[in-house]
Amino acid sequence: MPVDIDIDHVARLARLELSDEERERLRAQLSLILEHAAKVSEVATADVPPTASAIPRPTVLRPDVPTPSMGPEEALANAPDREDDRFRVPRIVEVE
Amino acid sequence: MAGASTTAVAQEFETVIGLECHVELSTTTKMFCGCRNEFGAPPNTNVCPVCLGHPGSLPVPNERAIEYIVRIGLALGCDIAPRSLFHRKNYFYPDMPKNFQISQYDLPVCVGGHLDVEVDEHVRRIGITRVHMEEDTGKTTHAGVTGRIGQAEYALVDYNRAGVPLVEVVSEPDIRSPEEARAYLTELRAILEALGVSDVRMEEGSLRCDANVSVRPAGSHELGVKVEIKNLNSIRSLERALSHERDRQVELLRAGGRPVQETRHFDEETGTTHPLRSKEEAFDYRYFPEPDLPPLELDPAWIEAIRATLPELPAARRDRLRREHGLRPEQASIVGSDARAAEYFERAVALGAPGPAVARWMTQDLAAYLNRTGEGWEELAKRFSPEALADLLRRSEEGELSSTGAKAAFELVVETGRPLGEVIEERGLRQVSDTSQLEAWVDEVIAENPRLVEQFRGGKEGVLNALVGQVMKRSAGSANPQAVSELLRSRLAEP
Repeated sequence: MPVDIDIDHVARLARLELSDEERERLRAQLSLILEHAAKVSEVATADVPPTASAIPRPTVLRPDVPTPSMGPEEALANAPDREDDRFRVPRIVEVE
Repeated sequence: MAGASTTAVAQEFETVIGLECHVELSTTTKMFCGCRNEFGAPPNTNVCPVCLGHPGSLPVPNERAIEYIVRIGLALGCDIAPRSLFHRKNYFYPDMPKNFQISQYDLPVCVGGHLDVEVDEHVRRIGITRVHMEEDTGKTTHAGVTGRIGQAEYALVDYNRAGVPLVEVVSEPDIRSPEEARAYLTELRAILEALGVSDVRMEEGSLRCDANVSVRPAGSHELGVKVEIKNLNSIRSLERALSHERDRQVELLRAGGRPVQETRHFDEETGTTHPLRSKEEAFDYRYFPEPDLPPLELDPAWIEAIRATLPELPAARRDRLRREHGLRPEQASIVGSDARAAEYFERAVALGAPGPAVARWMTQDLAAYLNRTGEGWEELAKRFSPEALADLLRRSEEGELSSTGAKAAFELVVETGRPLGEVIEERGLRQVSDTSQLEAWVDEVIAENPRLVEQFRGGKEGVLNALVGQVMKRSAGSANPQAVSELLRSRLAEP
C-alpha cells in the first residue's frame, strides 16, 4: 500500500532545506519506510496490547542522590560560542 | 469595558477558563540525572552528559520525583496509572540541548482528579484532566540592543534548570471567572506546599501558569475561540490578565467580531495582553515514545504507602479549624490555607490561647503587618512568636492590657525586637485596675464636672461615657475602662 508523504512539511518541521533532487529521493525513501511500518499493523492482532517498548524490562528508578556534575569548563568545551560561562547562540526567531 | 464588573459581564457572557500549571519539584537532583536541582547556582555548574544531551548518555528517572507526582495526583483525587509512558516532545529552541523535552503524552501518571475552590462562600468543583511528569528547560537570556526578544542580537543559555523535574497540572475548562482562577491557583499552591513537593515560589518560577480563556454567550454550550495567555508570574497577574482578556473578547463579540485562536503575552506593566507571533506549525511536536525509557510501572502497594503519608490538606485543615476552634469561614481560610500560618495558629493555641482570639489577631493586626511589610508568617514568627501572642492574649484576658494597649505593645515588639514584658513596663502600657488609683481619678473627675454628674443623676445614661472618657484622659489611657465605668456608677449611686 503506497503511503503519500508531504515531504515539504516534514522538512520544515526538521528545519531542513532540501534541493529538488533531495526532495524526490527522500520522498521515495520515506514512503518505503512508512509502507514497511504499515505492514506491522496488518499483522497486529486484537489480543496483543499496544506497546512502546519491545523489551520487557522492569521500571528502573534512581535514588535522589547527587552525583558529580561536569562544571562549566568541560560543559562549554565544545560550544561553538560562549559568553562567560553561558552558551551563546544566534538570536532566536520563529521560522519564515 | 475595562473595569466592568464580573457580575455585569456574567449576565450576558460566560467566561470559560482552563489552567495549565507547571510545578518544579523540590527534589535534591534532576529528573533523569544526578545533577543538583538548585535555584541560583552559577551558570552551567549543574550539568552533565545526560542533561546536556550528549550522544550515548541515558536518562534514569528520579524515584523521589515519581513519589512526588504520585503525592500530587493522590491529593487531587486522580487515578494513578499502573503503567504510564514517557514521550519525546520535539522542538527547535536552544533551551533544550537535546532538541526535545522528555514529557508524557497519551499515558500520563495521573488522570481525572478535581480541586474544590471557594469564591464568596460558594464552593465549585474544578476538574483536573491530568497531571503528568516532564523535565524543565534551560534558561535563555536575550541579549543585544534592547534585551527584547524581537530585537535581540543573540541569546545566552544556562542549562542548570534543564532536566529539573517538572509536573504539569492541567485543569478542565471548568473555571468561570478570573476570581475562580485565582482561588484555584491559590488552593493548588497551598496543596503543593502542604505536600512538601515544591517551593511554589512564583517569583522564582517554581510555580508557573498558562491560561486558556474563551468567552461565549450566556447559556451557550459551545466553546468560544480559545486564547492562550503566557507569562503569568503571580496570582495577581493571573487574575489581572484574565480580567483584561475576558473584557477584550467580550468587547470584540459585542462589536460583531470574533477572537482569533492565538497565544498572547501578558504585559505586567500595562496590564494588557498582546499577541505573540507564532507559526501554527511550530506546535507540531511530533511526540513519540521515548526509546531510552521503559514504561513506568508503579507497584500498587507503593502507591498505597504514599497515600498513607499524605498530610492534612488545606481544605481539611480549614474544616477542622472551623469545627474545633470555632473559627469563622474567612478566618479559617486565612489561617488554614497557609501551612506556616496554620502552624503559627496551632502553636499559640497549644500554649493555651483561645482559638477565636488568636484567629482574630492573626487575621487583623498580624495580617495587616504582613501586608505592610511583605513578610511571611515564618519571618513574623521570629519577630513576634506564637509564644508572644499567647502571652499578649493572656495579659489582655487578665486585664493587664487594654485592647489599645495590646495593639501598641504588638507594634512596639515588632518594631524594636524587644521582649513583650519589657515593652509593656517601659512604655507604661499596663492597664490600671488598682482601685485606690482609679478611685482618686474618679473622685477628681466627679468633683470637676458637677453638670455632667447632675445630668447623669437626672437619668441621662449616655453622659457616663463622657465621664469615663475624662478618667481615661487623666490616666493617659492606662485605666481599665470597664473598671472605671463600674466605679463611676457605684460612686454616682451614692447620695
